[in-house]
Amino acid sequence: MSKHDSKSEENKVTESAPIKAHEFDSHFKYEITEEHGGEKLKHCFQCGTCTSDCPIARFSDSYRPRTLIRMALLGLKDRVLSSETLWLCAACFTCTDRCPQDIEVASIIRILRNAAVHRGGIPLIFKELGSSILETGIAYRIPELRLKKRETTGLPQLPKSNPEDIAKLAKATGFSKLLKRNEKT
Amino acid sequence: MTTPKKSPNSSSKFLLFLGCAIPYRVTSYEISTRKVLAKLGITLIEMTEYNCCGLPIDPVNHEMMVALAARNLCLAEKQGLNIVTLCPGCAGTLRKVNKKLKQNKELRERINGYLKETGLEFKGTIEAKHLLQLLVEDIGLERIKDKVKRPLTNMNVTEHAGCHVSRPADGVDFENPEDPEALKNLIEVTGAKYVDYTDKIACCGAPIAGVNDRIPLQLTREKLVHVKEAGAQALITVCPFCHMMFDTNQPRIERMFNESFKTPVLHYPQLLGLAMDFSPEELDLKGLRVDPTKIVSQIHGAKKGDSKW
Repeated sequence: MSKHDSKSEENKVTESAPIKAHEFDSHFKYEITEEHGGEKLKHCFQCGTCTSDCPIARFSDSYRPRTLIRMALLGLKDRVLSSETLWLCAACFTCTDRCPQDIEVASIIRILRNAAVHRGGIPLIFKELGSSILETGIAYRIPELRLKKRETTGLPQLPKSNPEDIAKLAKATGFSKLLKRNEKT
Repeated sequence: MTTPKKSPNSSSKFLLFLGCAIPYRVTSYEISTRKVLAKLGITLIEMTEYNCCGLPIDPVNHEMMVALAARNLCLAEKQGLNIVTLCPGCAGTLRKVNKKLKQNKELRERINGYLKETGLEFKGTIEAKHLLQLLVEDIGLERIKDKVKRPLTNMNVTEHAGCHVSRPADGVDFENPEDPEALKNLIEVTGAKYVDYTDKIACCGAPIAGVNDRIPLQLTREKLVHVKEAGAQALITVCPFCHMMFDTNQPRIERMFNESFKTPVLHYPQLLGLAMDFSPEELDLKGLRVDPTKIVSQIHGAKKGDSKW
């Protein structure tokens, strides 16, 4: 990503535009605390351990887990769900392990991402991974040549997947619908 | 925290969960693991009809991630065997979901509702483990040491274990992520000298490589600098994604930052395999991007007639 890109990325989250009263959605925090992993959101006292220990934040001008948590708590739903930086969490779970308030910070980022996909769209990489899982059972499409090579190197054939069963789970969980409906460029 | 001793209910037969990244791009890890585990008396059973653990699509739909992980756990339950994975991402996911489904009745019932359509039901009768956990708990350091035929003395190495081996601590339930010991002990068993380095437990950035191609390379580059400063001749990994960052991407990082590392990155079973006197070919060392010839000849230098590779 170029320097220019990271600048515009920064503007999106910390944009200095004043917050208007109608932007606050006071119910938003409860949408998060109802989800698995989001229960302790309201315990956050903004100490900043998550951001200071975050490996991504060290190299990003814009990704700040504490900011995302604060935005979620304030109910800035539109801003936080459309934030590009939401997709920069590496899910290393350092923040979760070190939060003095036992907040599952990385899980809250995941909840926000799920919500962002639900109403906006899926970043291309996840669309590709998801489609591959539906078709092949695994996240990558392995070229035929590489599958053949397994035999010459003495490895057993890769087990066949069961796309019918995966499709049933994708339908029941709403995953297939998400993949079809949303495309974020 | 001390490394767990061999547990009384340790087993010698496991279902091998290959996941996605290893058959896709990191077969040297699989090849070397199979060789080493067979010699250590572990029987691996192929896991038929497995699917992705679910982790890659957790950011899109958590519910589907849980369902995918649960399906794998159910397949293992049907065979009555514990799972071993080579990828810490898969292990962490399967362990977390297994724990959640056992503890949370409401979640279990909902997921079982989905699984019913596929003829499966989660019962909570098996465990999933990462390779490291199997090595220290089910085999044990003493038994591994017994199989070391060619101690790697005079070799300085270090580790990058990968976050998901132990994080999040509550859920993965393996070792203390702030002071991990398993891989360190396993490296020392080979006779190699373990060296420490700055920010050893820091993330390599791999999970966001598909979203941002700059930050992960910066993270990995910084770790490579620290590894070199510490005087390590090789870096040892136990994760396919970390391995791709440090090995596959190393030449790219060298070009990008105009630096030279030439630090070989071995999968742990390759290091152990060398100490167990497997040949470099048997361990697929030629499958590595960064040439490990220098350290291998250091081990094999004394022995005449070693095949070239």
